[in-house]
Amino acid sequence: MSAVYGPIRQIAAALAWILGIGLIAAIVSLSRPDFGLAQLVEAHLEESGVRHPVTAVLLNYRGYDTLLEIAVLLLAVLGILAFRPPGPATIPDAAPDSSPVLAALSRLIVPLIVLAAGYLLWAGAHRPGGAFQAGAVLAGGGVLLRLTGTIPSFESPNAWLRVSLVVGLGVFLAVAALPLFEGSRLLEYRTAEAAMAILVVESALTVSIAAILATAFIGAAPPRIRCMSPSRPAHSAEGERAGQS
Amino acid sequence: MIGGGLIYAMAGVVLFAIGLYGFIIHAHLVRRLIAFNIMGSGVFLVLVGLPQRVAGTPPDRVSEALVLTGIVVAVSATAFGLALVRRLYDLTGETRLPNDPRPEP
Amino acid sequence: MSGISFAAPWIPLLILLPLMAGALSFLFGPRGHRSLLAATMTGIWFSLIRLILEFENAGLQHYPIGGWGAPLGIDLRADGLSLAMLGMTATVGSFISLYALGYFAGDENRGIRFWPLWWLLWGALNAVFLSADLFNLYVTLELLSLSAVGLVVLAGDRDSLAAGLRYLLAALAGSLAYLMGVALLYGAYGTLSLERMAGLFRPEPANTLAASLITVGLMLKTALFPLHFWLPPAHGSALAPVSALLSGLVIKASFYMLLRLWFEVFPSALTEIFTQGIGSLGAIAVFAGAWLAFHQEKLKMLIAWSTVTQVGYLFLTFPLAAASSTSAPAALSGGVYLAVSHAVAKAAVFLAAGAMLKVTDEDRIDRLEGVGRHLPISLFAFAMAGVSLMGLPPSGGFIAKWLLLNAALSSGQWWWAAVLVLGGLASAAYIFRVLRRCFLPPREYAAFHPVPLVMPLAALSLAGIALALGLAAAYPLRLLQTGAPLLLEASAPSTVAP
Repeated sequence: MSAVYGPIRQIAAALAWILGIGLIAAIVSLSRPDFGLAQLVEAHLEESGVRHPVTAVLLNYRGYDTLLEIAVLLLAVLGILAFRPPGPATIPDAAPDSSPVLAALSRLIVPLIVLAAGYLLWAGAHRPGGAFQAGAVLAGGGVLLRLTGTIPSFESPNAWLRVSLVVGLGVFLAVAALPLFEGSRLLEYRTAEAAMAILVVESALTVSIAAILATAFIGAAPPRIRCMSPSRPAHSAEGERAGQS
Repeated sequence: MIGGGLIYAMAGVVLFAIGLYGFIIHAHLVRRLIAFNIMGSGVFLVLVGLPQRVAGTPPDRVSEALVLTGIVVAVSATAFGLALVRRLYDLTGETRLPNDPRPEP
Repeated sequence: MSGISFAAPWIPLLILLPLMAGALSFLFGPRGHRSLLAATMTGIWFSLIRLILEFENAGLQHYPIGGWGAPLGIDLRADGLSLAMLGMTATVGSFISLYALGYFAGDENRGIRFWPLWWLLWGALNAVFLSADLFNLYVTLELLSLSAVGLVVLAGDRDSLAAGLRYLLAALAGSLAYLMGVALLYGAYGTLSLERMAGLFRPEPANTLAASLITVGLMLKTALFPLHFWLPPAHGSALAPVSALLSGLVIKASFYMLLRLWFEVFPSALTEIFTQGIGSLGAIAVFAGAWLAFHQEKLKMLIAWSTVTQVGYLFLTFPLAAASSTSAPAALSGGVYLAVSHAVAKAAVFLAAGAMLKVTDEDRIDRLEGVGRHLPISLFAFAMAGVSLMGLPPSGGFIAKWLLLNAALSSGQWWWAAVLVLGGLASAAYIFRVLRRCFLPPREYAAFHPVPLVMPLAALSLAGIALALGLAAAYPLRLLQTGAPLLLEASAPSTVAP
């Protein structure tokens, strides 16, 4: 830990201490809560179309938050793709990672990952699980495939990738808007229709989340890693060490 | 009776304070992003812990859902931030913002 | 007073349409982006006008998403304040979109990446102004910040990258402070609905701490002194249409949230220390911002510092509105009107500056000689919008300052009146500095490039609207005042002296 500018450190420490103590005092002083919310969640659980209460909150009662959340995810990857100079759709690796252990491991693990993701997606209806968990696991598989060179790097996403990135938000928007045509309100679904709507939305979300997270990983890598070219920008010694990875 | 939630909430506050400290004093952008994540975890712990501060209350599903959403938002922001830092490093060889008075490398 | 509109889809459409446009514009890239723009803008305007008509008929518009209703579900709500903000967004957004068509005409790559980000930002703005749920506001705020940062780094150069990173870190810190405050309030009261919270809130120390955290977070996002450090580099180094929507629209969203929260949810926590304190920060911002603006070398940096100044004015709303129930309506109307007028005028100024900079390929103020001859429309737009920024009649800025002055004098706070008047002089200084340069004859070796006509015309239209807001202020003000009874009732004598 190197020496930091004195006053900044003292101010930061003071701020952290004051805020910490103040917040703890605030928390301890709170009166006994009176939560009717838990009963409401339970009471309407049957109408919500799923059996797990957290999934009900995420995808039915407060589904609008989840809709905006997938927009945030998409936005992150749009931002990552936004400031890079344009380039080809596929960049073959000059020297892909040829570690035999990694290759063998990925052959074993990736199918298991797909299986696990499918299970998580299905399980979300009645126990902890759901689209985000499944999507994240799938994205992990995608990263693994990228590391072994099975998935090539790219500069701009091709058509299929664009579709998978957008399908989550698109399907969710469509499902949300559908009740509007029948005179109901946004995202108004009950029981059987709700179960179907949630299934459709979660499947689309899983695909998109996996694509988004994997694209974020691939797309954020700088050109010299992508092209494995020998030229490097001039920088400090610490940078040289970091550049070896 | 004090429930387990209160401990989580207090731990969350401590994490928030530690994260805030790190966020302010560090100049290295990746460390700042890590500090931001620690702060975020702190807030999530408070969000989940507070509704359970009294023993015997059932777990609060709404705050669990809120934290799930919050985690995804934090991940998105962190991913974006890291990509930006990587690009800045590529362009300038620096891992800190220009005109930063802090002497830490 | 509150009307339930059952099947009217106008409120959700205002959010769905831009989000859908964002997804489609990313999917299809450059193909059909003009048709998408036309269709979506038409849809947004249609929904907005229908919503305003519904509001005139039935009053406050309530929309429980999914039919659940708070506290279980998320509610959307439209009152006069929301509608004013939505109208501001639609107006400024439409003209910036038209401008962008011209701006990116020769710059396909950036143009393709601009549109999805901008649509999602528009959707986020509409979502903020319609939301009535504390946590939902957090998610919309994040959507807004990330899209804004994405647009800043769109420029692609080193400066905008650093500025965008600084903006991102500030935005994230602000959001977390806000979320911690919300976590405390949820822990205390078990609800996230604004209306319920308003009924339950008591000014206890824990809640005051929560309100303070929320306020600091939102102050950071609105760039009030001393938390303004991220704004000038971000707005100054971004592309012209991006600067316009950042200065014009994005910072208004967090200001709107501050108004909404303080005057509707926790007005009982308003203390004189707080309101006078935040007003003082605003006053410092007014003068420090004007001073720094005057000394800038680059045009866009000058305009960015001008935003810091104008944000200072906005925060004068707090001491003026909280002082007494007689000054509150004028102060609140004035503050909101200032926000709307500033959005229109600042956008016009940035768009005009963008055209002027494209014509000369220079960004320094002292190289702007001769622009008046080659881009008369843009310069005229700059000057007209400058009139609103200075607060001279006839303009929206003048009406807003007039209302604020009334509030200051009727509540006996003459010092804020002094800030308003002197600040106008300070603003005039930097506006005239630019205008003086542009009217000088061009240097011999200066080169002037042509610029698509839509760009100066968009700037001129916005500047014209800024003036029109000064001439036709009756209707918007009536919308604000009849429509926001919550705001006005709550700001009445429940304020507590220290």
